[in-house]
Amino acid sequence: MRYLIPLLLFLGLGVLLYAGLGKDTRMVPSPLIDKPAATFDLPELRTPGQRVLSKQFAGKPWLLNVWGSWCVACQEEHPVLLDYAKSKQIPLVGLNWKDDDATALRWLATLGDPYDAVAVDAEGRVAIDFGVYGAPETFLIDGDGVIRFKQIGPLTAEVIASEITPRLAAMGVK
Amino acid sequence: MQRAVIALAFVLLASLAHAIDPLPFANEAEERRFQALAQELRCLVCQNQNIADSDAGLAKDLRKEVFEMMRAGKSDDEIKQFLTERYGDFVLYRPPFKATTLVLWVGPLLILVAGFAIARSMMLRGGPHPDLPGPIDDKVER
Repeated sequence: MRYLIPLLLFLGLGVLLYAGLGKDTRMVPSPLIDKPAATFDLPELRTPGQRVLSKQFAGKPWLLNVWGSWCVACQEEHPVLLDYAKSKQIPLVGLNWKDDDATALRWLATLGDPYDAVAVDAEGRVAIDFGVYGAPETFLIDGDGVIRFKQIGPLTAEVIASEITPRLAAMGVK
Repeated sequence: MQRAVIALAFVLLASLAHAIDPLPFANEAEERRFQALAQELRCLVCQNQNIADSDAGLAKDLRKEVFEMMRAGKSDDEIKQFLTERYGDFVLYRPPFKATTLVLWVGPLLILVAGFAIARSMMLRGGPHPDLPGPIDDKVER
């Protein structure tokens, strides 16, 4: 009995610390899941004078991928996007975040361009509205304009298979 | 030598400059309000810094956003709400007291109370430790 209380305390503390070990504190859960996505009206990166409007994509699910040519993890993610774009399941819209247009265009020319539209968010306003705090981040927005899923960090084939495809199937996209 | 002195002077002067991008504050009160607010908001990129101190690009954008909301006549609470809606309670260094933050607020207090209770029960149980000298019997002296 005499040693029981310290032992229990020790075990309790151990469990608490162990639970904290595997946690990635950089993953901040977004309060925007299941909330309407912010609307935007931004310049299109690839066609001067053209605009990219969020409402263009209303009615059907779409993906918004936040990227920048300065972002190393985006480069790592890029082949996955190129691959996904080939499936033509749903529109893939890029949000070019705090980037330089010329560098961004060169980046797409060199690595390939998976996007159906690329909105330029040079000031980072729209990114704030989406609660973006790093790149890459990817949002799955449904036909009603509601954010259904957010991937923090690079999208991978596994994430697409386990998180995006099932949600799209539930929305009736095959 | 002269060049070295000039170089040194520049280095020292540089440290005087504001480390963080200057915002066009109208007066000292506005700047104070801004600083107080920015110090309560967590930078999400470098999580152990507030947005007043952080040099991250996002922190800079958020400072600008906060400043412009202040200029637009928004209250501190409205500004905090704007950021919480987008980034969650995590941006606040003093999160609100609600169901999801209950453990955060009450946990430490519970542990403290439990600690006192355990200490008390241990001290009361069984009287003085056998190895400790008993109370001094002053009758012996006389």
